[in-house]
Amino acid sequence: MNERCNGLGGGFAAYGLYPEYKDYYALHILFKDHNQKDQVAEMLQEHVNIYEDEEIATRNVPGISQDYIPWRFFVEVPDKCAIDADNYIIDLAMRINNTSDALVVSSGKNMGVFKAIGYPDQVAELYKLEKYKAYLWLAHGRYPTNTQGWWGGAHPFSILDCSVVHNGEITSYGTNRRFLESYGYKCSNSTDSEVLAYLWDLLVRRHKLPLELVAAVLAPPFWEQIDRMPAEKRRIIEALRITYGSAMVNGPASIIVANGSGLTGVAGKNTMVGLTDRIKLRPLVCAQKDDYTFMASEESAIKAVCKNPDFVWAPRAGKPTVALVNADV
Amino acid sequence: MFSAVPEFRVAIDRQRCRLCKRCVENCSFGALEWRGDKVKTFDDRCVACQRCVSMCPEDAITLSRTPSVMSSHPVWTENARRDVFTQSRTGAILLASTGNELHERIIFDNLLLDACQVTNPAIDPLREPIELRTYIGKKPRSVEFESVGNDIKLKTELSPALKLEIPIMIAQMSYGALSLEAHEALARAAVMSGTTMGSGEGGLHKKLYPYADHIIVQVASGRFGVHPAYLEAGAAVEIKIGQGAKPGIGGHLPGIKITDEISETRMIPVGTDAISPAPHHDIYSIEDLAQLVNSLKEATRYKKPIFVKIAAVHNVAAISSGVCRAGADAIVIDGFRAGTGATPKVIRDNVGIPIELALAVVDQRLREEGIRNETSLIASGTMRNSGDVAKAIALGADAVKIGTAALIALGCTVCKRCYTGRCAWGITTQDPKLRSRLDPEEGARRVSNLLLAWSIELKEILGAAGINSIESLRGNRDRLRGYGLDHTTLEILGVQPAGR
Repeated sequence: MNERCNGLGGGFAAYGLYPEYKDYYALHILFKDHNQKDQVAEMLQEHVNIYEDEEIATRNVPGISQDYIPWRFFVEVPDKCAIDADNYIIDLAMRINNTSDALVVSSGKNMGVFKAIGYPDQVAELYKLEKYKAYLWLAHGRYPTNTQGWWGGAHPFSILDCSVVHNGEITSYGTNRRFLESYGYKCSNSTDSEVLAYLWDLLVRRHKLPLELVAAVLAPPFWEQIDRMPAEKRRIIEALRITYGSAMVNGPASIIVANGSGLTGVAGKNTMVGLTDRIKLRPLVCAQKDDYTFMASEESAIKAVCKNPDFVWAPRAGKPTVALVNADV
Repeated sequence: MFSAVPEFRVAIDRQRCRLCKRCVENCSFGALEWRGDKVKTFDDRCVACQRCVSMCPEDAITLSRTPSVMSSHPVWTENARRDVFTQSRTGAILLASTGNELHERIIFDNLLLDACQVTNPAIDPLREPIELRTYIGKKPRSVEFESVGNDIKLKTELSPALKLEIPIMIAQMSYGALSLEAHEALARAAVMSGTTMGSGEGGLHKKLYPYADHIIVQVASGRFGVHPAYLEAGAAVEIKIGQGAKPGIGGHLPGIKITDEISETRMIPVGTDAISPAPHHDIYSIEDLAQLVNSLKEATRYKKPIFVKIAAVHNVAAISSGVCRAGADAIVIDGFRAGTGATPKVIRDNVGIPIELALAVVDQRLREEGIRNETSLIASGTMRNSGDVAKAIALGADAVKIGTAALIALGCTVCKRCYTGRCAWGITTQDPKLRSRLDPEEGARRVSNLLLAWSIELKEILGAAGINSIESLRGNRDRLRGYGLDHTTLEILGVQPAGR
């Protein structure tokens, strides 16, 4: 798959990573140096209870320069905290990302993001990913077209326990970013794909839209189609386009989103959702083999990990495909 | 005393002239007269409206600037000297029409649009749908649903919104300033193009009621022609606080223009001056505006969006925030280049700020206050082409309004004599003979052609930028770059310089 990226960003998200710490928010933070780590740890100490923290183990990999020291913190929100714990963690993560060079790359429970500059296989080696077990994985190889390659620009982008990988380039980025800013999100990674994670958080967690309506916001039907819908459905989709016009994702996109805490109206705890832009300017392919589900922006990526899938299909433009992970994994 | 030489010279090629007198009949400014055996010209009355030139069957007439020059001076330009001569003769305010003539620089011309290359496919509007539909009005911050059995039902009730097929509306120009034929042409064009026109502040002639669902009815300080059926008929109601061509100045339609029909429409006696006070006499502060917005909502039973139009003045961001919080469903911001039928020249040329800057600061301010969704922003004040429209939308406008461009489509040649009531093209006149020169049907077709052409161009601009719906350009300042703009201007616009 290295044909599809250029070594300027690789990354993974893994769910079910820390079963023994599953009640704690796992913060994966990249630090420039130990001094900065101490400062951020001190700031964390003031705002959350740190249950445990350690350096994320890495090994030297030829060709990868260790620009950052990755660290993990397991934290809980203090009882006296007045606002919703999830929002509290988001605020904290955004504050760290916007006031220092340190980068919070993931902040959910029982999950984590590992990313760096390099090809994905190099990044896996760097982080010794062979040591970890998880039941839901996202992987991404980057070929940057917007901003230069840096660790923070590698995918996945993550907020709480939602992580997104994206193939494409979002032409509506400026509109999406300014829309998100008015809801308190701050985009700090200077790359278009970042907005997808925040849009997902806003629509799914905060506004509690059912999944099919989330898709109708990100990849809305055309007005010509809406005008032909039955009255009640038309009213709903019209209301979404009027309200969330600035959340529409324009330009090529195939997106795979992992969620740790479930979606409104979808049973099961963890989900993986695949979605394309509404005119499918990037492909999306799904496959199943036994109880595994695969999604990728091209079939060869699936074949690379699963030679003979039972089914392979291509979802329709703008229609979400959902894989559920049983809650009791 | 010295008297200035005429600005224009009318020359008739006597060899070509076949003495048909058509030019004499057509000149509404008396610059051509029949003298028994030939056409005599009066250069000092010519306004260069081009009527005679285009009506002459022999192409015998040419207009030129008077070649005579005054001794040049960088500060005391010819125009500056002319104005002083005129005022020393008349002791009066200088009247002017159309928009600001003093400031030639247009920021739109220093903004560049973006396009896709390689990393991103451009979208071909001939092959893929590209959408321009726009809803104007207050929008909720989130949409809530409830489950009813297996179905989901919409719980959030949306405010009334105005549906536009294109993000370009026709501006507010009154019947009285315009002829009935011009008003009708604009109304019919709005219907044909799936957009709206503005009634202006002079009420709505009964002949135009069939088009009223595409007309935004205006309530201005004179309250001319405002009655329940008028408010009821319109697609939306617009309160006019000010206009870009004359911020802080009222209006004055002289009694001579108050004909029977205008008297009936404006609900004032024939022959009386129609004076719009500078302020609304019931609005002396922002809370009074809130009361008027609410009374109009009551009067229209909360079924129509209420717009508020203000001129772009220095403190426009804070004022707009107040207007938004007063309940306006849309704010129309009129920049200092906006046109008009009549305004004191000194006000037109010196008061207000450019629409580009006003729009940028208002959009940003409302976002910072978290109330951008509470109101739509409509920008006006010189939208010369679809490029200006695209740039205004990228800066943050929901839609734009065009005035002068629509009148040019009707045949206006920008001779800047609207205030005389002698428009040779039948647009800004009440003279039945001049009015008959404008065919509303032909005029409507021209204006809707213009809107169609701009729509097609907008789709090309969007497609090139890899965007297939106008809402993804809205407020998308990342797709603009400034070229030749100073640092502060760029910062106010929220736009990066070209190359960055």
